[in-house]
Amino acid sequence: MASITLAVNGSTRTVDVDSSTPLLYVLRNDLALKGPRFGCGLAQCGACTVLIDGVATRSCVTPVSRVSGQITTLEGLAQGGQLDPLQQAWIDEQVPQCGYCQNGQLLTARALLDANPNPTDAEIRQGMEGVLCRCMSYYRIQSAIKRVARVSTASFTDAAIGTGAKS
Amino acid sequence: MNNKFTAGLQLPPEVESAIHSINPATSRRGFLQASGALFISAGLSATLAGRVIAQATAGNSGPYPHPDFLQLDTWIVIHPDNTATFFVGKTDGGQGTGTAFRQMMCDELDIPYSSTRLVMGSTDTTPDQGGSGGSDGVEVDGWPMRYAAAEARRTLLELASGRLNTPVAGLSAENGKIAVTADPSRTITYADLIGGQRFDVMLDGRNINSTRGVADVKPVQDLRVIGQSIPRYDIPAKVDGSLTWAVDVKLPGMVHARNVRPPLAGASLQSVDEASVSSMPGFVSVVRESNYLAVLFEREEQAINGARALRAQWTPPAESPFPASKDLFDYIRSQNPTSSSQPDVTGDPDAAFASAARIVEADYDIPFQGHTAIGPAHALADPSDGQMTIYSNDMKSYGLRLGVARFLDMPEDRVRVVYMDGPQVYGRTAADDVGFEAAYLANKIGRPVRVQWMRDEETAWDTKGPAYAFTLRGALDATGNPTAIEYDARALDFNHVGYNDPDTVLIAQLMGRRPAQPGRGGAAKPSVQYGIANQRHTGHVVSLPMIWETPLRCGNLRDPNGPQVTFAFESFIDEMAAAANADPVEFRLNMLANSSEDNAFRKARSLATVRAAAEVYGWETRPSPNPQQRSASGASISSGRGIAYTYRSGTVVATIAEVEVNRDTGHIFVKRLVCAHDCGLVINPTGLQYTVECGMLHGLSRALWEEVQFDTEKVTSVDWATHPTMRHSDTPESIEVVIVNGDPNPDRPDLPHYGAGEASHKPMIAAIANAMFDATGVRLRRVPFRKERVLGALRGQLT
Repeated sequence: MASITLAVNGSTRTVDVDSSTPLLYVLRNDLALKGPRFGCGLAQCGACTVLIDGVATRSCVTPVSRVSGQITTLEGLAQGGQLDPLQQAWIDEQVPQCGYCQNGQLLTARALLDANPNPTDAEIRQGMEGVLCRCMSYYRIQSAIKRVARVSTASFTDAAIGTGAKS
Repeated sequence: MNNKFTAGLQLPPEVESAIHSINPATSRRGFLQASGALFISAGLSATLAGRVIAQATAGNSGPYPHPDFLQLDTWIVIHPDNTATFFVGKTDGGQGTGTAFRQMMCDELDIPYSSTRLVMGSTDTTPDQGGSGGSDGVEVDGWPMRYAAAEARRTLLELASGRLNTPVAGLSAENGKIAVTADPSRTITYADLIGGQRFDVMLDGRNINSTRGVADVKPVQDLRVIGQSIPRYDIPAKVDGSLTWAVDVKLPGMVHARNVRPPLAGASLQSVDEASVSSMPGFVSVVRESNYLAVLFEREEQAINGARALRAQWTPPAESPFPASKDLFDYIRSQNPTSSSQPDVTGDPDAAFASAARIVEADYDIPFQGHTAIGPAHALADPSDGQMTIYSNDMKSYGLRLGVARFLDMPEDRVRVVYMDGPQVYGRTAADDVGFEAAYLANKIGRPVRVQWMRDEETAWDTKGPAYAFTLRGALDATGNPTAIEYDARALDFNHVGYNDPDTVLIAQLMGRRPAQPGRGGAAKPSVQYGIANQRHTGHVVSLPMIWETPLRCGNLRDPNGPQVTFAFESFIDEMAAAANADPVEFRLNMLANSSEDNAFRKARSLATVRAAAEVYGWETRPSPNPQQRSASGASISSGRGIAYTYRSGTVVATIAEVEVNRDTGHIFVKRLVCAHDCGLVINPTGLQYTVECGMLHGLSRALWEEVQFDTEKVTSVDWATHPTMRHSDTPESIEVVIVNGDPNPDRPDLPHYGAGEASHKPMIAAIANAMFDATGVRLRRVPFRKERVLGALRGQLT
């Protein structure tokens, strides 16, 4: 067992766990966070995704002892009581069916837009390719990402925002 | 207050909050406790508590009796703040049925949607509507909900009549209050009439589906909340991370378990070396019974490590449990069936074939396809105080409760299932192996036990949709009109598992428990609306060599046989159209026009739906294949479009797929989808649209990717590399859902609400196969259409 300090959603947390423990189980079972979920344990599906210093990271294969940097989980995406624009778009587009995978979809989309605020359709598909949804909500996910990208683009060009128009 | 109804274990606060959506103070338990004083002082006897007392007298003293569906109070509680909670015995797999149920009940009760909440599928608080399955939630179970709400409204009007000293006929109900119609300043709220108290009204009904009170439901013209695209209430908490899912529940003293499955199908467990794990940190125990094996540890990662480290000796079975998946269809076609249905015969197909100008014949094959849920199966069972509480996303929670009670030989009223959100259900959690495992282990060690399956376990060992091999023959006359069709299906479905059956769930099989007879299984026949004069439809069930303890267990997968059967049938209809040199839409419309079957106006609605799909798509009338197969987007890309039509129960659907096929790589991209969908009265148009979309894409995934593969010893599809599924890049560029509500006949009565969870899933594989043929002139008769198979077909190789 080792005492390990993590920076999670703006707080400093210390846990006493085996150093090889995947970050996923520490977040879920020691820090009572519900956003990251077990899907495969193989870094294949993305359900366990967290952001570490803004990089979408598969927490199911990341030993907790190797983590340095700021961890953001789904619970930490909202800032100052305001939902992340992607979360709002997910609600506006009514994206989820069951919703189990949406943690990974949202956080991967956040990392994608941080790196490329106005992605093309092809770039969205490519950037999201590794995150699986077995309810197949992909079309809605892509619509929601485009909605945020369009809004952010519109704000740069001082165009009207929030007309509610759908693609 | 500590009546029998509330004497059971309290739920953890976060669970109470999660299942009672927002406000624990208004929960059923809170309501009953708060209203207990009324019960005592008024001495009412025919209410919830009265029922419990009667049961206690009969010696049935468990804390979790069935809520009585004949009591209005079981369905609806009006709170002192003039809000209402609805209690329904259904579950929502993410299709928005919970929101739809609320809308239906709000409309009948005349209360604002925002003033209500809904509790679903928890066996001690909601009436047993069987949970979910068969897309019948809105279609069937919505009716008693509507009738109960209508009866509540009628009761409130009667109470108001006394309080306002006005006949009911002179009152009107709206937005949770009742006004004197002639003097709208005189009002009284529902809360003032009954807030926090019981209705104490009995309903009638031989069974829960026919439950109703005195009041009738509203005519369609008076519905106001139904028909609105109200956003799903469950989505915000799913995107901000605040929802407590079944997978999140934690209890003091709980331990984590992982199963250890036979490494080879049918292997027998000879010995277990407990010492191989007993010194590992957090070790609790190894549990073994016959071939069921599990490890329990204090922490989750410890259990995972322990399951991997445990040394066990397994003896392979004497005979191969199944042929390899590459040989599956030869196997199916060579076996003697375990059962065959009586053929459904119309007309004289033999004579029609004898006089046919042309006969078309084709075989189709579709493999085992799995659920492969994104979140592997999970449950938490709490054995405290001699009861058993299971936290689960079981879609048929009532069946899990009954099954576990039988499995553990416990009185049913000492077992409850608390239904919570979870990963996709689609039939998987109707045979909820993990709930039984958690309950068994918890009972065994006397501590709460949480079990979650691992990825390889889920993909290999979940229940499978049955594989099918089909042979179809069709006859055309000299003018190209279809005169006969013959359908012969072989389904590898013997020993299809039951719903939460304590003798057929996986743990029971591994422990050697067996029902008296294996399940017979079934081979489905197509949904035929076409007017073809001579028809013969036959189904046969075939068995694998090993039927127990096999990872190839058939269970229900989203419209359990529909996608397979419709793939074969609607592909074949397309082949007949091509043989007749007819346009595929025209060919279908002509057959529909010739139909004499118009149950639920299905003939007229089918014609309207096929026409709507073709019109929205911009369908060009011509035979397939496309004479201009090379598209502008690339020399090696061929484009085409295909249609498939079907119905499921009362719902009619026509889907058009547009594909681009890369002739160099064999890759199929489904570029555009149009679905015309008629499920009668629409409760929530946007919710319907998105469910239809996702149902289509689930079908797309099954068409292009999904196959459970195995060698002669074990399933080899064990993760997302060996069992690929649809990804973002497969998503069509455009999906259009056309909600058709009936035929153009203004004299027809209003349609009821039919189901929508599966109908759009059903024709998808056929639509893509038909589009592939249109694009290339090559017919795909074996699912899935992965690029190697497509490339082989394009090069004229057998697939």
